[in-house]
Amino acid sequence: MTGVSGPASEHRPAAGAPGFSFILRKAFISAFVALVLFSLMIGIRTEAGPTGQLIYWTRFGELASMVGAVFVGSIAIELIRRWLGPAGTANIIPPLVQGRLSGAGRLIAPALLIFTFLVPVIFYNQRYILDLAILVLTYVMLGWGLNVVVGLAGLLDLGYVAFYAVGAYSYALFATTFGLSFWVCLPIAGILASLWGVMLGFPVLRLRGDYLAIVTLAFGEIIRLVIINWQSLTGGPNGISGIPRPTLFGIPLTAGDDGLAALLGIEFSPTHRIVFLFYVILALALLTNWVTIRLRRLPIGRAWEALREDEVACRALGINTTTTKLSAFATGAMFGGFAGAFFATRQGFISPESFTFQESALVLAIVVLGGMGSQLGVALAALAMIGGFELFRGLDQYRMLVFGMAMVLLMIWRPRGLIGHRAPTVYLKKAQAISSDLVKEGKG
Amino acid sequence: MSSNLIGDDLIGDDLILAVDRLTMRFGGIVAVNALSFTAERRKITALIGPNGAGKTTVFNCITGFYRPTGGTIRLRRDGANEIALERLNDFRIAKQAKVARTFQNIRLFPGMTALENLMVAQHNMLMRASGLTLLGLIGAPSWRAAEKRAIDLSTFWLNRIGLFDRADDAAGNLPYGDQRRLEIARAMCTEPALLCLDEPAAGLNARESAALSELLLSIRAEQGTSILLIEHDMSVVMEISDHVVVMDYGVKIAEGSPQEVRDDPKVIAAYLGADEKEAIAVMESGT
Repeated sequence: MTGVSGPASEHRPAAGAPGFSFILRKAFISAFVALVLFSLMIGIRTEAGPTGQLIYWTRFGELASMVGAVFVGSIAIELIRRWLGPAGTANIIPPLVQGRLSGAGRLIAPALLIFTFLVPVIFYNQRYILDLAILVLTYVMLGWGLNVVVGLAGLLDLGYVAFYAVGAYSYALFATTFGLSFWVCLPIAGILASLWGVMLGFPVLRLRGDYLAIVTLAFGEIIRLVIINWQSLTGGPNGISGIPRPTLFGIPLTAGDDGLAALLGIEFSPTHRIVFLFYVILALALLTNWVTIRLRRLPIGRAWEALREDEVACRALGINTTTTKLSAFATGAMFGGFAGAFFATRQGFISPESFTFQESALVLAIVVLGGMGSQLGVALAALAMIGGFELFRGLDQYRMLVFGMAMVLLMIWRPRGLIGHRAPTVYLKKAQAISSDLVKEGKG
Repeated sequence: MSSNLIGDDLIGDDLILAVDRLTMRFGGIVAVNALSFTAERRKITALIGPNGAGKTTVFNCITGFYRPTGGTIRLRRDGANEIALERLNDFRIAKQAKVARTFQNIRLFPGMTALENLMVAQHNMLMRASGLTLLGLIGAPSWRAAEKRAIDLSTFWLNRIGLFDRADDAAGNLPYGDQRRLEIARAMCTEPALLCLDEPAAGLNARESAALSELLLSIRAEQGTSILLIEHDMSVVMEISDHVVVMDYGVKIAEGSPQEVRDDPKVIAAYLGADEKEAIAVMESGT
């Protein structure tokens, strides 16, 4: 990406009359497309009248201004593009700043970690921020879990929410039926989720790319439909309520005499439980991160990445691609199951509505946006996606629009995610980041 | 290894590979038709022939990428029983029968470093050493020792192919000739009994071809690995092969020492019929 600046300046077209006619033509086409699109969306407004009849009125003024804005905007963008040269990091950010950024990049991870540890201290009285932080960390964990499957092994999984649901329902059912504690149920939830991961893995072993994505998508929906329809076990659409809260090694975080506050002799506050949940999810997320980083340096992790790079070569080297793929599915699913169990204990109530395709898409977006395979990138992307979405809450109905535009811009600027390069797992002299141009996304 | 994979030791001690009446059909097309040949232990056997003769198909059958329609492929490692390769498939040929291969169009892991490429090749050994990941996850000393040995072996091969200084560079960033040699080193890191090379000299210049010949001869001499190669570069074939098998239209048309094959009128006719340039290369390369 950084090498673009040299040759790009030679290819930059001279601004002249033929160039300008091209810009105009492009602007007219854009304006026409906008006219067609917006004529129904903006030009005509429809509503149901008091007796149910259709009321409509026209808004040609707004329509004209939108089309005009597109026309002018198209010209402006083309001119800016000409002035900047081809889009690329090198053109937008000068190399000097880039060098400094990469220096600062090394400090981001520890700084972020320290800040995360201090969040409950800094924002102790701000329940909203604590809740948001827990939500962000849940998605960081889900992102890291899915990263094993999508980022490392290169298997596009659109049904990750299934494992999240399996984990949540495992904990909810074991806790409400057998009265098992959160810490006992957590590994069970992980194991059950990874079993489902293997079950999903078997039929899709031969599938690649789009086909794999469609089957995993269907798998996610199947799990959700089973949960809705198996009323006797899962409570159907009503969900499961009264899921026990986690305890600190058996000590509940309640206002009662045997609660933690009473034992420590401090005044009870409901915030204690929130802070406790925060550290639980932080610990779980860090465990996910640690295990993933460890696995990458082990033969299994290297085989996942090799599988993403070239499956045929893997087979020629005697790597069992079947077990390698299944282990990736199982590991990713296990972390999803952990996160699901945490979700159930935090909410105290779960229903199939929490496990829609939207969640899978969101987690996948976090992984892709973060830069597939990069742990730090996924964490930053989860922060941006979940935190950023909350940040735009003030914009009400335009929230999605702003958010979508931010995503589009980011993908133009960094097509391989926030952190696109790959760090080698082993080195002799010096670990050099590998450019994203060389790293494959995987076809499987 | 299950017992049904072990034959009755039909092949002699001096042979590593015996291909008998190998046939491969794709629908109505017969790519390989009752091909029989043998490869001697610790020797370099070359498989040559005009384009489309079926050489790569034979390779894919030997290395398990295709399951042959008919015939047998027997492999006998040093001091071991015979293995029927036509009954093993996929990764098991590389894992159990110790047959390693390279590809006509290089198939390295471009986004991984040269060192990582060689480490992936030692996957099966490292998987055992890492106790199927569990010992590795807790960082057991036995795992650390195994990892160190794997890095040492990788370093040895990087030195051998002259890429030690570029060990930490992405494989996809290496020059073409280096990638070719790295792919051979990666195959050698699986510690194979039989090394199958599919056009290792394709796209190399004269100097690189010479270096490749030297590397292959030293692999045969020092590691004692038997080599089977497909090659179009006749100077390489004539220089290093101990035995040459010539194929055309899926059947064997000649075999023997490089000298014998070069003088065989059937071989010259096959090459003349197929491609004038190649025929001239065959005839001139020995003089």
